[in-house]
Amino acid sequence: MELKRVVVTGLGALTPIGNNIEEYWNALKSGQSGAAEVTHFDASKFKTQFACEIKNFDPTEFIDRKEVRRMDRFAQYAMVTAQEAMEDSGLDVDTLDKNRVGVIWGAGIGGLETFQDEVSNYAKGDGTPRFNPFFIPKMIADIAPGLISIKYGFMGPNYATVSACASSANAIFDAMNMIRLGHTDVVITGGSEAAVTAAGMGGFNAMHAMSTRNDDPKSASRPFDANRDGFVLGEGSGALVLEEYEHAKARGAKIYAEVAGGGLSADAYHMTAPHPEGIGVVAVMENCLRNAGLKPEDVDAINTHGTSTPLGDVAELKAIGKVFGDHAKNININSTKSMTGHLLGAAGAVEAIASILSMEHGLIPPTINHETVDENIDPELNLTLNKAQKRDVNVVMSNTFGFGGHNACVVFKKLD
Amino acid sequence: MSDIASRVKAIIVDKLGVDENEVVAEASFTNDLGADSLDTVELIMEFEKEFDIQIPDDQAENIATVGQAIKYIEEAK
Repeated sequence: MELKRVVVTGLGALTPIGNNIEEYWNALKSGQSGAAEVTHFDASKFKTQFACEIKNFDPTEFIDRKEVRRMDRFAQYAMVTAQEAMEDSGLDVDTLDKNRVGVIWGAGIGGLETFQDEVSNYAKGDGTPRFNPFFIPKMIADIAPGLISIKYGFMGPNYATVSACASSANAIFDAMNMIRLGHTDVVITGGSEAAVTAAGMGGFNAMHAMSTRNDDPKSASRPFDANRDGFVLGEGSGALVLEEYEHAKARGAKIYAEVAGGGLSADAYHMTAPHPEGIGVVAVMENCLRNAGLKPEDVDAINTHGTSTPLGDVAELKAIGKVFGDHAKNININSTKSMTGHLLGAAGAVEAIASILSMEHGLIPPTINHETVDENIDPELNLTLNKAQKRDVNVVMSNTFGFGGHNACVVFKKLD
Repeated sequence: MSDIASRVKAIIVDKLGVDENEVVAEASFTNDLGADSLDTVELIMEFEKEFDIQIPDDQAENIATVGQAIKYIEEAK
């Protein structure tokens, strides 16, 4: 059976540095940081008191007030970006065959704030259970794709992918395959997360995973810098409309890129630490290239997982060296987490979007906040430090890795 | 309007996102005010909290309109 080709025809973003695709791209190319003091709750007793939060966001501008109340923030973010991506795609909901449209969505956690509030409410009481009837449906990670399908009436495959920080890359991978195999014509995919809550911040702090640079939040996310001290928690959402190529061509759709392929692997090593030699990361990039029918030399740019943690950044760059050999130094490598922070389950989607936009605009967004060279990193690598670089991009790869040792990689290419 | 009635109506306006004018005594939560099964459970819980009363499930089933809610709470207080 011949596999169908899959293209990207719509994008939507709600990020700590921009509340739609245009704002997101403008902030990316000019190197803006989204980090600031936490406003969602009182973090004054926390080791980390800053995060990359969504700013100036009023969900009632996009969603009916009654519906807003029934959604955790992670689901609100999902709805808003799905709507932007749908509008961007130009798909006509009235004439679409809704049985041939799926929604596959990633969330690393789901409604963490809802869970936290309901459980603490119970703990404060006398033991009488007074849980809100919306507790469970607001919390579950799969409610986001469910709600998107309800809004549009899309009756194709519908589920959530959960693989921590790789979740939305897994979603894109599954969406691609769903179309390749002919199950659907269109899939709304991507991911969302809203874990900037006391439980989220406290939990990641306890793991010593996050930066504690409270005196200068904007420079805290500094992937590849010698003085990096952990990731900066972010929140938000990214949505992509993936469409079968002939379906998109027939309606004269604007096509951003072809989804050339994807790869998955596991470290099988530790609950949270990356394998020091990045063997799972080597495997995932090799799987991805093989799946896409591409050679290492074809790759122009890599949006790394690059979370700004001491171990992870070095392991990933070592893996890139192993997979790409001499060609590694010709690749524009960047980490847009230096600006957005780490959006956990939404990271794969917002970074895939950054990758696609870098191809669209011929410009690689920078890895900001780099001050001090890390001796453990090959000095020949081009890490796109501090300033965007012009680059004609034909093939771009996006890496994401999650706690649990899940690795996911997707690769996009210009439509030929 | 009694104090209980105005507090009941305020809860309904807030939870169901409806206009205050729609919240009349004979209005049914599900048929007139757009509530689904989860909304009605939440409304009953809010009434319990606001008025510090317990509404057993078998009696909650009989509270389907704004007027029935007000009447039940007035009698329970």
